[in-house]
Amino acid sequence: MSVKTDFQDEVLYCFLSGEIDHHSALPMRLEIDDKIEISRPKETILDFTDVTFMDSSGIGLVMGRYKLCKSFDGTLTVCGLSDSSYKVMKLAGLSNIANIKKGGIKNDRK
Amino acid sequence: MTANEFKMTVDSRSVNESFARTAVAAFTAQLDPTVEEINDIKTAVSEAVTNCIVHGYKNSVGKIFITVKIKDDNAVLITIKDRGIGIEDIKKAREPLFTTGGADRAGLGFSVMESFTDKLTVRSSLGRGTTVTLYKRILGRSK
Repeated sequence: MSVKTDFQDEVLYCFLSGEIDHHSALPMRLEIDDKIEISRPKETILDFTDVTFMDSSGIGLVMGRYKLCKSFDGTLTVCGLSDSSYKVMKLAGLSNIANIKKGGIKNDRK
Repeated sequence: MTANEFKMTVDSRSVNESFARTAVAAFTAQLDPTVEEINDIKTAVSEAVTNCIVHGYKNSVGKIFITVKIKDDNAVLITIKDRGIGIEDIKKAREPLFTTGGADRAGLGFSVMESFTDKLTVRSSLGRGTTVTLYKRILGRSK
């Protein structure tokens, strides 16, 4: 699976990997939504460190997860963006809704 | 750079999105682009090909025609064409956030193509298909 998740202390970590496009976004989305609905985290972190390519499907992925988290007062953080993924996110003005950081989370949870 | 051309036709299956953008990027490599330029091209092509699949051929599988021309002014001209349903109102389709694609589509395909290339042209005819042309100058690693 292209998403690994880990739930600890009311925080859901989602480590995405590979290419995010219209073809690959759907299974990723289903996997993440499934975990969000089960754990209802206070904070959801989408870590893009191992994402090698992303087009505007990545924006839809973030927007949809933001809406889902918000529906039960959770927050969404996006991190580990490469320069080019950051460029796509910036275009969408996503920094207004989600907490967007370039660096990844340094931990051994992977 | 000597003029050069590459043509390919792929089925409008989403599994081909990755192949199409990678093939176009590989052909463009002869212009010695930077990593950023390559990513810009891949992203723009991915948007255009996805549009053919999601919108042009909505519920069916058709052919996507891709031509890549290397121009002698160190630029690349990419044409992505479908024979799908066409776009009723191109101006509206190009507006940021406009989408007919449902909740998880951002409506930013054309915005991405526009900002990641130097020129975007869209021609479309209802019931006959859509042709998107992307033009990008490659400054390359020597800039």
